[in-house]
Amino acid sequence: MSLLELDGVTLKFGGVTAVNNLSMSVNEGEVFALVGPNGAGKSTVFNMISRFYRPVRGSIRFDGGDLLTHRAHEIANLGIARTFQNIELFERATVLENLLVGRHRHRRSTLPEQLFFTGRVRAEERAHRLAVEEVIDFLDLQVYRDKMIAGLPYGVRKVVELARALATKPRLLLLDEPASGLSVEETQDMRWWIDDIRRQMGITVLMVEHDMGLVSKVCDRVLALADGAKLAEGTPAEVQSHPAVIEAYLGTSAVSKTANAQGERI
Amino acid sequence: MRFHFKTSYDQDIRLFPDWWNFSLYLALLLLMLVLPWLIDGFYLGEVTNVLIWAVAGLGLMLLTGQTGQVSLGHSAFMALGCYSCVNFMELGLPFLAAFLLAGVVTGIIGAIIAIPALKLHGVYLAIFTLALAILADDLIVILEPWTGGVNGYFAPVIEIFGIEINRWAAPETWYYLALGTSVFVALLYRNLLRSPLGRAFAAVRDSEISAQAMGVDVARTKTMAFGLSCAFAGLGGALMGLFAGAFNNETFNFLIAIQLLMMIIIGGLGFIHGAFLGAIVIAFLPQFLSILTDNLGSASIPGLETGVFGMILIAFILFEPMGLYGRWLKMRTWLELFPFARRDMFRRQKTYLKTERLR
Repeated sequence: MSLLELDGVTLKFGGVTAVNNLSMSVNEGEVFALVGPNGAGKSTVFNMISRFYRPVRGSIRFDGGDLLTHRAHEIANLGIARTFQNIELFERATVLENLLVGRHRHRRSTLPEQLFFTGRVRAEERAHRLAVEEVIDFLDLQVYRDKMIAGLPYGVRKVVELARALATKPRLLLLDEPASGLSVEETQDMRWWIDDIRRQMGITVLMVEHDMGLVSKVCDRVLALADGAKLAEGTPAEVQSHPAVIEAYLGTSAVSKTANAQGERI
Repeated sequence: MRFHFKTSYDQDIRLFPDWWNFSLYLALLLLMLVLPWLIDGFYLGEVTNVLIWAVAGLGLMLLTGQTGQVSLGHSAFMALGCYSCVNFMELGLPFLAAFLLAGVVTGIIGAIIAIPALKLHGVYLAIFTLALAILADDLIVILEPWTGGVNGYFAPVIEIFGIEINRWAAPETWYYLALGTSVFVALLYRNLLRSPLGRAFAAVRDSEISAQAMGVDVARTKTMAFGLSCAFAGLGGALMGLFAGAFNNETFNFLIAIQLLMMIIIGGLGFIHGAFLGAIVIAFLPQFLSILTDNLGSASIPGLETGVFGMILIAFILFEPMGLYGRWLKMRTWLELFPFARRDMFRRQKTYLKTERLR
């Protein structure tokens, strides 16, 4: 059953068509990857699902409901969490506080209750703290729990961002380049975590990733994009060997190039 | 070196993390309670002034330090708090009710004014709020029936449960009023910081885009920050006007708002302690300078106070952007970790590239 469905989605920035008539569907429980060269429109697709951008045409449906009727801050409430390509953590706060912001959608207390910190707020805080601690355990962040983000190395920040997204208890997790800038070991960890997120937590994952090694290990299906349009869709192996994908990444093949060159000479 | 061993989640949730911390603040509170017996009436009045500035400072701190929204117009909300308090008292409300109601009314009006300001960032927001402060000056003159216009108001007699609060006859009564208010406001502030709304404030300050992705309604959160901030500033303004004894449009000049902003920067943006430390600097600097010029035998120099204040501010922005409380945190960390503190532990980090273009 498909959890997320894009149908004929088009987005233009002025004269530039960033995403052109894209249709895709992500099934519940699978790991789905978007690949493609820089500027292909992968992150733009994410930003449309997050409702930061509004497509000019087409529809996006999540779990049967129309996503475009919701505003950006309501997306988390539907059960969609995301990470960012350039890490968007709350710098002047600790790891713990960052993860607790992830629990924001689960709060029930009102402003006066919070101002006077009533028993209900306290009970809720304990529950949030427990939920966050489970995520900290899962991603081995115990050492960094009370550290400020501003002093953490890049690799750890990536994991904290993943943790913050998991703290929202999403149904669909959007990962924007989870392995970019990570070392070989860190990428390996990321691979196991993504596996566990799908298997243990039952969360559907949609990711953008350039590291084809990681993609072919964790993903069930891959969609290749170039210039905002779909090139190929299928298993990682199918997509990697698809001629259009090879052409987009490496340019036209050597054979056809020589043929063209000869054609021009004549 | 001191170790923090945590054994329960409540250690992160409750007001004081451990007994040591709790006893320190208890000792401070006891000292403040017996202060009238330790210093004379003049200095008690000065300390009262510090506490009043701190209440207004906590208001601006919530907006600027916690939510990252600059305001150069908080003098307008201090005036609103003061005049509404006096007008509620004229209507026959007892002081305490009029005072708290003035805070609530200022908060609600502040939140309404915040709605058009929501789209503004940085310097544009500063200009918008500065305009509010200048407008307030004129409005006070125009709304003479309620404000007394240029002639101003003489503070009515304040009574709480039959005890008269009088600055001249019994300075300790005013002192306890200011102390009570500042402890109350600081407690509300602290409660906010440990609940979801306080974290949402910090989220909006550090990254609006990911705050949204986490389900924080940025517009609503900013409105709430504005409202609460104005409510606290209103309480501070009411105390300031009543403590002065007489007030008119000049009392809540826009310079007060600028002074308030400088105060929280010097004290340390984003810390409750910062508001109090900044208030100490701002309230005691004039006294300190006049004592200094007296001892040097020179006549008072016009503009000296403003000049010195400006230089202190510049020095802080250049050398200690975290303010007085930030400096104290650094010293404390150095002592706690001794001898393992590293020099670059508090170095200002270059933040990784932000996707601000999404705004």
